[in-house]
Amino acid sequence: MHSGLVISHADPRPMYLQIMDQVRRRVAVGDWPPAFELPSIRTLAASVQVSVITVKRAYLELEHEGVIVTRQGRGSFVADSAGLSARLHHQELDTHLAAAADVGRRLGLTQDEIEVRLREALRRQKEKDV
Amino acid sequence: MTEPVIELAGVEKAFPFFRLSDIHLRLEAGQIMGFVGPNGAGKSTTIRLLMGMLRQDRGEIRVLGRSMPRDQAAAKRDIGFVSEDMRLYGGTTLAWHMRFVASVRPDWDPVYADLLLRRFNLHAGQAIKALSHGERVKATLLLALAHRPRLLLLDEPTTGLDPVARHEVLAELMDAVQDERRAILFSSHNTQDVEQISDAITFLDRGRIIESKDKETFLDSWRRVHLELPVSGAAPDLPGAVDTTVSGRTAVITTRTYTPDVHGACERTGAVIRDVQRMTLEEIFVATVMSNRRRQDA
Repeated sequence: MHSGLVISHADPRPMYLQIMDQVRRRVAVGDWPPAFELPSIRTLAASVQVSVITVKRAYLELEHEGVIVTRQGRGSFVADSAGLSARLHHQELDTHLAAAADVGRRLGLTQDEIEVRLREALRRQKEKDV
Repeated sequence: MTEPVIELAGVEKAFPFFRLSDIHLRLEAGQIMGFVGPNGAGKSTTIRLLMGMLRQDRGEIRVLGRSMPRDQAAAKRDIGFVSEDMRLYGGTTLAWHMRFVASVRPDWDPVYADLLLRRFNLHAGQAIKALSHGERVKATLLLALAHRPRLLLLDEPTTGLDPVARHEVLAELMDAVQDERRAILFSSHNTQDVEQISDAITFLDRGRIIESKDKETFLDSWRRVHLELPVSGAAPDLPGAVDTTVSGRTAVITTRTYTPDVHGACERTGAVIRDVQRMTLEEIFVATVMSNRRRQDA
């Protein structure tokens, strides 16, 4: 089975995170709908040519996040929960915001200063859209 | 738990100028183990011991449940072995070799062999003499794979291959372990291949195993921490630090036991963490070998 997942060696993130990201995106955009059966760990490992242990870890963490469920001996499926796709979109935004907040903190900016910059970014985005 | 595919306990083998010492190793079914070490570290010697081609001075070696080298004939029925110094007969064709191996391997699968020919872009009628290095490697690999052995022992299978041939070989190895009763041990200097497809990684240097872990734990525990030190402050003493480089108020610490606690430990000394980087297997390998040698030579 062709999974459509691709691992990049130029990407500094570890391979299991790249797999998690691409699975989340496929679920978020609806390519993989609720209850969709994911490729088995060994099939996906062979298809993207990464170790079984790496795919296993990605699936395990996706399970902890509630994105997929694994039924012993039957396989892994996209979780059948309402609003999962919207939640994943929000989660992606939250990840970026958390990273921005972290950089701001390390630069010693106050909360107000960070908020001003976020509003500034939103304003620039709006101008671009016009 | 089923029996491991490979089990070495306290194995030693001495040569006039080289000694393999205290080798303990375990490979479970369904796994790929990458064997990494500088030239002369003992990788090929270990693989030869596993094949029963050498007899250990001490220690126990079990392969597929058989004691080596005593029961090597029985064990080898289910082992596919490829090494750099394996020669094909130059005056013949690949088809001749395939017929020959098929005649001595009752489990030879002609349909799979044909599939491998196509996937490796080889032609059975080709004269061995006319094959390129990459084609020769793929041909020996085909001969080892086509009887579907439970264990593949591969000594440097990707060395000297062009990127396309490497891709074809790695794909075939991953395909082989879709059957979870099978296992692969392969040695390589190419840490990128090892990082990509191995479940377990073993580092060898100067005849000893200096590290053996599952790959995810391995890659997860190493970090390079970039710090900005307080004025006239010293670099903090981080747990598991194998290397600390200070230049002015900038310090880079390489640690083998990274946890988020490191942040607290740094901040308590007034140092500010500027970046925490993951490391490639190659960087981890070099750092491990260097720190191990420094300890040995001290």
